[in-house]
Amino acid sequence: MQITVHVNGASYAREVEPRLLLIHFLRDELRLTGSHWGCDTSNCGACVVWLDEIPVKSCTVLAVMADGRRVLTVEGLERRGVLDPIQQGFTECHGLQCGFCTPGMMLTGRWLLDHHPDPSPEVIREALSGQLCRCTGYENIVRSVRWAAEHPA
Amino acid sequence: MNAGADGSAADGHEMNGAYGPVKRKEDARFIRGKGYFVDDIALPGMLHGAILRSPLAHARIVSVDVAAAEAHPRVEAVITGETLAGLKLAWMPTLSQDVQAVLATDKVRFQGQEVAFVVAQDRYSARDALELINVEYEPLPIVIDAKKALDPGAPVVRDDLAGKQDNRIFDWEAGDKAATDAVFAAADVVVTQEMLYPRSHPAPLETCGIVADMDKVSGKLTVWSTTQAPHAHRTLYSLVAGLPEHKIRIISPDIGGGFGNKVPIYPGYICAIVGSMLTGRPVKWVEDRSENLMSTSFARDYHMHGEIAATKDGRILGLRARVLADHGAFNATAQPTKFPAGFFHIFTGSYDLQAAHCDVTAVYTNKAPGGVAYSCSFRITEAVYLVERMVELLARELGADPAELRMKNLLRPEQFPYTGPTGWEYDSGDYPRALRLAMDIAGYDDLRREQAAKLERGEYMGIGLSFFTEGVGAGPRAHMDILGLGMADGADLRVYPTGKAVLSISVQTQGQGHETTFAQIVAQELGLSPDDVEVVHGDTDRTPFGLGTYGSRSTPVSGAATAVVARKVRERARIVASAMLEVAPGDLEWTGRKFQVLGDPDHARGIAEIAMAAHSALELPEGVEGHLDASAVYNPPNLTYPFGAYICVVDVDPGTGEVKVRRFIAVDDCGVRINPMIVEGQVHGGLADGVGMALMQVIAYDSDGNCLGGSFMDYLLPTSVECPSWELGTTVTPSPHHPIGAKGVGESATVGSPPAVVNAVLDALKPLGVRHADMPLTPANVWSTIQGRPLRTDLAIP
Repeated sequence: MQITVHVNGASYAREVEPRLLLIHFLRDELRLTGSHWGCDTSNCGACVVWLDEIPVKSCTVLAVMADGRRVLTVEGLERRGVLDPIQQGFTECHGLQCGFCTPGMMLTGRWLLDHHPDPSPEVIREALSGQLCRCTGYENIVRSVRWAAEHPA
Repeated sequence: MNAGADGSAADGHEMNGAYGPVKRKEDARFIRGKGYFVDDIALPGMLHGAILRSPLAHARIVSVDVAAAEAHPRVEAVITGETLAGLKLAWMPTLSQDVQAVLATDKVRFQGQEVAFVVAQDRYSARDALELINVEYEPLPIVIDAKKALDPGAPVVRDDLAGKQDNRIFDWEAGDKAATDAVFAAADVVVTQEMLYPRSHPAPLETCGIVADMDKVSGKLTVWSTTQAPHAHRTLYSLVAGLPEHKIRIISPDIGGGFGNKVPIYPGYICAIVGSMLTGRPVKWVEDRSENLMSTSFARDYHMHGEIAATKDGRILGLRARVLADHGAFNATAQPTKFPAGFFHIFTGSYDLQAAHCDVTAVYTNKAPGGVAYSCSFRITEAVYLVERMVELLARELGADPAELRMKNLLRPEQFPYTGPTGWEYDSGDYPRALRLAMDIAGYDDLRREQAAKLERGEYMGIGLSFFTEGVGAGPRAHMDILGLGMADGADLRVYPTGKAVLSISVQTQGQGHETTFAQIVAQELGLSPDDVEVVHGDTDRTPFGLGTYGSRSTPVSGAATAVVARKVRERARIVASAMLEVAPGDLEWTGRKFQVLGDPDHARGIAEIAMAAHSALELPEGVEGHLDASAVYNPPNLTYPFGAYICVVDVDPGTGEVKVRRFIAVDDCGVRINPMIVEGQVHGGLADGVGMALMQVIAYDSDGNCLGGSFMDYLLPTSVECPSWELGTTVTPSPHHPIGAKGVGESATVGSPPAVVNAVLDALKPLGVRHADMPLTPANVWSTIQGRPLRTDLAIP
């Protein structure tokens, strides 16, 4: 099928198999490898990207479903060489270790702050509860999101 | 929250500001999505592999028909056990002197075992082709329950081994049996308990994978893989495949967590290499999550019978353990050769007792192979769980407070170095200080009062303690090797003319922050900024030999090698500085930042100035060659022994069995802390692991041998809402034999936290008459236990 997807502000027209997952479209077709694949079952959230401003697990979205829509990936967070506060927060607060879950965590965190600019730690934990991190025990991820809340762009 | 002694200063070393909570160098690429993981690799002409796995736990293979798969237009090769047998690669050695099938030839021995490997032009086509392979199986009786593996008439899992008539792998013991029997005979009180440390899986967020590229012209094999031990893998590939070792290059790019899962060589790696040899093109294989959970290294699966002996006033005298260890279908545990049960026999833990004895019997079952993985410090996890449950039960038997009982029996600071009853020489410790600090942070007495008040209202709150000692940093070559490879690690340090340095190390980060921490070690030793030090790792063509990152060994072994090589460079710099300042080398002193003429700060030279001079035409003393570069190999004289005191506070709803971890206090002493921020991050992660193992995670099997933990929908990992905000404390007791006094911390919290959570839950349930339940303490298991029917958690989803 012929699709056109608008990713991080650029448009990409591709011929794809109907069964191609969005995560594989982004990673294998567009070579945007910042979004990761971790589980197949929508449990881990390493593949979270935005689809029309909403975080989705891109392992459970077909690429054809993104036809004509906007996708934001981790590669699109930095604007004109300036890091998004959520990116800065993760490095300030040691919110990552192996870095595999980090893109998904940051995209959900960015979405949360856009809708709840001053979230409590409990609200942050609830927002991130559909995503897994095996390294940090979540504490510093929560602090990272708080840091970004306290340092808006 | 943090409390306690500042961990950033090293006793006896001039500090220059290089240690401390330096922000990580690694972060810059990860926060931009610019990490480079194995599945990110795309080489020209690269093919994709996929594995056909057995749906049955035990079955004879009658036939494997691959004709339809081979006819698939996008398939380049189909590899079976027969293909591999022709190359003498159908079986590979494990890390425990056993063999493991790469692709099954005679029969399959666990559900998920590798049967065939398809190489196709894309990953979807490879999966499609698996559906076209027709395997005829003849089902066989299975053995899933380890307790029945040695029954007469039990199905023999390993009939491939000559003369093998049963499922016994080994019997092993440690300690003084006669002395222990005597202590038990004379004791006032003996408490016994059966317990299971159930099968678990490390489940790093990135699964295991490889890209293999065999260049037929040069004969060079380049492998990118998710390995925690690139150098060891290179040697093993050479031994297994008969390839000359200098023609093998192993690259570990960024790794999405390891936790032990990425130590072994898996069948998929061999298949991808063979695939590249057969097709002449690079072959990528990345397992999916179910493959990861069902077939790669599990952890634990120890059925333990514990006995503890004490006087009636609470002096612990002795400890006994009998263990039945389930190793699955192949004995593929990764541990030092002389220790088939890992370091389990350090099971006397942190206590001063007179005698101890343990024996371990390991068996084959129709379950996935493995055994040592998941941040376990070579089975110290199981040992700590045993002793901490036994001490807790002793406190209950005696009517003593568990904290007081521990305080009374902990080793005292003046007893170090301490040789335990099973032969371990603990290097240093101040255990009472750590326990007191944990109790202070927790507000222990107030918590006990709150617990009593809540119970009056019918609310079940529990307070659980654990105290652990680990032995990490394997290890001394005289005692430890893996498949004959000694456990020493190398480090190379080059200092460029402008004073910038490049350190090459043998260990490989999977998130531990080596690029930052190891730069800090060099910076501290040479008076540089960590920004001036680049750390090279994870590429066998660019780094010296060493056994890799597991068992919390990076800082104890490779960190020591780094300090030693930096000190070698510094001594070379002293000679050059003496020529520059026209004094004898002995007339120079190192200030932490510069060499200066004794008592004369106006005449001093830093490493950058010295480096330029070392590369210049400056006339050097006779026999000095110039440059500052050096190499070192570090063979640790002993293990290091980090320790800690943990307190967990839970609320249990007896109506639903739900456990809520309300607080978790962790005081860790890992000696000198190079980067306290990174240390605390590692502790946080380990504590989450402990909550997961205690409450959620288990790889169970049903009576047909089906794995019941084959996805993240069944194998439950803790999320942000199951984890509390961790409360950490620090004490610093430097290791006396480590060059910078550091001890290693990567596994501490995973080792120490599960018994604290379990003890807390069982403390809450004490008024209901509950004495013990096995992990995981899921709502169903807790509720059933309260009803008097604790679950066999290894044989069903609890």
